Amino acid sequence: MSEHPSIFDILGPIMIGPSSSHTAGASRIGLIARQLLRDEPIKAIITLYNSFAKTHKGHGTDKAIIGGILGFGPDDERIRDSLELARKAGLTWEFRFVGDFVKFHSNTARVHLYGKNGGEIEVVGASLGGGRIKIQEMAGFAVDFTAQIHTIVIIAEDIPGSIQKISGAIAEQGVNIANMYVSRNDKLANMIIEVDQNVEPYTLEKIESFSWVRFVRLVEPMLEGSSRYDK
Amino acid sequence: MEFNLLTDIVEYCKREGKDLAEAMLDYEMANKHLTREQVYAGLKRVLFVMEDSVEQGLTQQVITPSGMLQNWAKQVYHARVEALGASLKKATARAIAVGEVNACMGKIAAAPTAGSAGIMPAVLVTMMEEHAIPRDKILNALLVAAAVGLIFAKNSSFAGSEAGCMGETGSAAAMAAASITYLLGGTNEQILEAVGFALKASMGLVCDPVAGLVEEPCTTRNAIGVANAFVSAQLALAGIKSLIPADEVIFATKEVGDLMSPRLKESGQGGLANTKTGREIQKRVFKTSD
Ligand code: SF4
Repeated sequence: MSEHPSIFDILGPIMIGPSSSHTAGASRIGLIARQLLRDEPIKAIITLYNSFAKTHKGHGTDKAIIGGILGFGPDDERIRDSLELARKAGLTWEFRFVGDFVKFHSNTARVHLYGKNGGEIEVVGASLGGGRIKIQEMAGFAVDFTAQIHTIVIIAEDIPGSIQKISGAIAEQGVNIANMYVSRNDKLANMIIEVDQNVEPYTLEKIESFSWVRFVRLVEPMLEGSSRYDK
Repeated sequence: MEFNLLTDIVEYCKREGKDLAEAMLDYEMANKHLTREQVYAGLKRVLFVMEDSVEQGLTQQVITPSGMLQNWAKQVYHARVEALGASLKKATARAIAVGEVNACMGKIAAAPTAGSAGIMPAVLVTMMEEHAIPRDKILNALLVAAAVGLIFAKNSSFAGSEAGCMGETGSAAAMAAASITYLLGGTNEQILEAVGFALKASMGLVCDPVAGLVEEPCTTRNAIGVANAFVSAQLALAGIKSLIPADEVIFATKEVGDLMSPRLKESGQGGLANTKTGREIQKRVFKTSD
């Protein structure tokens, strides 16, 4: 919880049971993987670590993650029947289990997705309790974001001026950047940009139109208080 | 805007001439940059999910995959014998209803956690029925409960792995006791006394779920949390004072939680989980479901 928890962190989350960490958090990891894939998932390889590996079935962790991959939010009652719905939707999946992996948080999942149009993404996320999660790895980059607010994820060539151009495109829409994290590997830079409001598709298109940008995705917040007010 | 103690919120109320619900409304609006309407819209949704989860548990088939819970809520609701009148019987059934829905992958509002999600809905639905309280007032009772939860989360913990079941069903009972006291016209001081009583009754409660599943003893502990909330509110409304003030009781739950062996905090290896029958259930559940 942040320094000033919302009353909706206390009276909430609204979620599919039974466990905020093993069910609600797990579904969010699947959902974020889907948003990062931005393609219709046809195949998923999911590795569950530590406590997730040991107690997944009793808590419906498998159904929750598959539900997330199908695009269901943590409060979507279709999660209960997600395995059947996934079969109907033409998604194949495989679960792998690693009982003890001390490097990872006790409830961690690796989700590797393949899309209908050739998309592919690998995401590692940890479920922290209360439905909160943290994404720790994405497309080979070490990252650290919680998706509690709208988050733009970018992979681009690491050229001078790239950060200014991207933040300029975001500022044009009148959106404030709350936080920005940059990590690098070889010639590529990964930027995680947290913004304080929704981002219009044209802003993302603008960023995508830069020739040196390889990957742009928007991860929308789910479950946390703010997303609940509008409904 | 920040509150660190329950007495801070009471002070704020005195200063501003407001009640606890209004204080929490100010808190949420100020910190999350929301309008009053937005906060109430969120509260309405929480209440709707709470009522719906009670309804589902009382009407639908709920048998958990582990087989540990099997339509108990309906069985209690329609029981011929009433230990203490129909109200207590129905309130008990409602708490179990939400626990069963939660364990069957139904939709619930954690309050404050999924494991303790039955107490607030059971209390609020029962208050609406027994005292004909309008829904708007119930939304304010949710705000009062949030005040208690906020301070409890700050100075103790909602996690069974940190504070044991004090953190889950204990804090939920305290939140619910505050709601009842508020709805029946108790003063802010009386609301705090009710919180004190409810938490003292939960002091030292361990977290020992069989097979690590949120079913046994969680579901019946929710039902008993409801009784705790009503008894605590009754004491406070009669003018009885918790000799130890609520804020100090919260600090004590933190101390007790810290002193508790890790085996007794959600490990699935202590207490009821470690009984002969508990271990047998665990073996059966994880073999047949794998
Ligand atoms: S026993 Fe543990 S899991 Fe069950 S309700 Fe209590 S704190 Fe939650």
